[in-house]
Amino acid sequence: MPAEKADRPELAQALEALTGRFAASVLSGAVDRGELAVRLTKDALVPVLRFLKDEAGFNAFEDLVVFDELNASLGGGARFTVIYRLYMFPGALRARLTVGVGEGESLPSAVPCYRSADWAEREAFDMFGIRFEGRPDLRRIYMPDDFDGHPLRKDFPLAGRTRGL
Amino acid sequence: MAFREIDLNMGPQHPSTHGVLRLKLSVDNEVVLRVEPVLGYLHRGMEKLWESLTYAQVVPLTDRLDYLASLSNNLAYCLAVEKLAGIEVPKRAQYIRVALVELQRLASHLAWAGFMANDIGAMSVLLYGFEAREDILDIFEEYCGARLTVHGVRIGGVIRDVDATLVSRIRAVLERIPHRLEDIRALLDENRIWKERTVGVGRIAAGDAIDYGLTGPPLRASGVAWDMRKDIPYSSYDDFDFDVPLGANGDVYDRYFVRLEEICQSIRIVGQALDGLPEGDFKAKVPRVLKIPPGEAFHTIESPKGVLGFTVRSDGTDKPERVKMKSPSFINLQSLEHMCRGNLFSDVIGILGSLDIVLGEIDK
Repeated sequence: MPAEKADRPELAQALEALTGRFAASVLSGAVDRGELAVRLTKDALVPVLRFLKDEAGFNAFEDLVVFDELNASLGGGARFTVIYRLYMFPGALRARLTVGVGEGESLPSAVPCYRSADWAEREAFDMFGIRFEGRPDLRRIYMPDDFDGHPLRKDFPLAGRTRGL
Repeated sequence: MAFREIDLNMGPQHPSTHGVLRLKLSVDNEVVLRVEPVLGYLHRGMEKLWESLTYAQVVPLTDRLDYLASLSNNLAYCLAVEKLAGIEVPKRAQYIRVALVELQRLASHLAWAGFMANDIGAMSVLLYGFEAREDILDIFEEYCGARLTVHGVRIGGVIRDVDATLVSRIRAVLERIPHRLEDIRALLDENRIWKERTVGVGRIAAGDAIDYGLTGPPLRASGVAWDMRKDIPYSSYDDFDFDVPLGANGDVYDRYFVRLEEICQSIRIVGQALDGLPEGDFKAKVPRVLKIPPGEAFHTIESPKGVLGFTVRSDGTDKPERVKMKSPSFINLQSLEHMCRGNLFSDVIGILGSLDIVLGEIDK
């Protein structure tokens, strides 16, 4: 597969710099299938994003993905896993930051760093109820403003719900 | 004239919003101060629904996202599932897929040229664009029976093989399209009204475009050569010889120019895919009930609208635990305010049209 550029030196260098500078916050890191994959605590999220954008050259924000870990959270894990996907142009390299966030906790916003994260964060708030701090205008994006609940949570039923509509 | 700020609503039932999009505009006389898109009128909860369906059942629903480029959605989703499941797609199927999605790009860009010119007031272009698109829809109809929500790509390959009759029909269409393209270009390229409505309108610089997450033809119109078919080739795109057309000014005219050039490149790619069509199967052997070991995969393609990606996560059952779509129209629309600010109110329609958004894909 052409996407698997495991030996790209830029990624290994970025990983080394990250683990050196944010040693306390980086939980794990690897260069996997042409992608820099880092798991970190949320306090270092914005500094790491800033480092990856300004120094490592990941100039584009691709996507923000949330997984609801309802079952794992019953055993004591964090309720949500949030993934930030960054892209480097030119170079076609990817970075993937993973942060855990608990029910009722908030995340620092990526908008001051990447403007294109704006609607992605509003979507994550709308669908999962994750709050993002340090940004203006955190409103629902798809559902009506007075809607009750967050549809993509695993404990939100697919059908048969009339409350909130 | 005195400063007077007025708030205006455009949509959600406005013919130029291509679906049900509402724009909250603040204007000072004729000049746009702020634009706020209001989404959700077409929200069908696709991502929630997909969690209750098997991997194969999700594919036809992806047709309904970007309904002007159904096959591109099929392909992006199937590639993500194949990456997750480790399914190797036969070379012949990869070539057929490329031919199908490039025909889809032709259809999408031709429809766009028609809609865009119609929005600005040149109605005859719509008829030329749709006449050419009709030819391609006929091919889709013969291939899979549908014209709009075309369902041609399946997990592991495509729905059926192409035979010599279909290949010769596609070739005949490929020969006709350049003539239709010439008609459109003769009407617009040097048309004074068209140029006054598009040149220098809705500009975005390359740096801002990347920062706003813009992808696809609007990004390439700003001179950024970011094309997933070249950057991270998938489905054997590295076998084909084609160029990535670029604009320089990042205005509405350049977005028009880039899309029309892309039509020429897509014709080249389809021709090469048919010429080099390898022997073999048109689909891989995929179990009827596909169960994928726990894991997560992300795959992106260059759809006619921009970079389209799917994240698929499996929990070991026959249904995806979560499917997240990275929709190009959704992200491209974010930069609308930046492009419109300081422009004339009447240019909002042209700028919005030049982004080529599809609400099915934005609202999911």
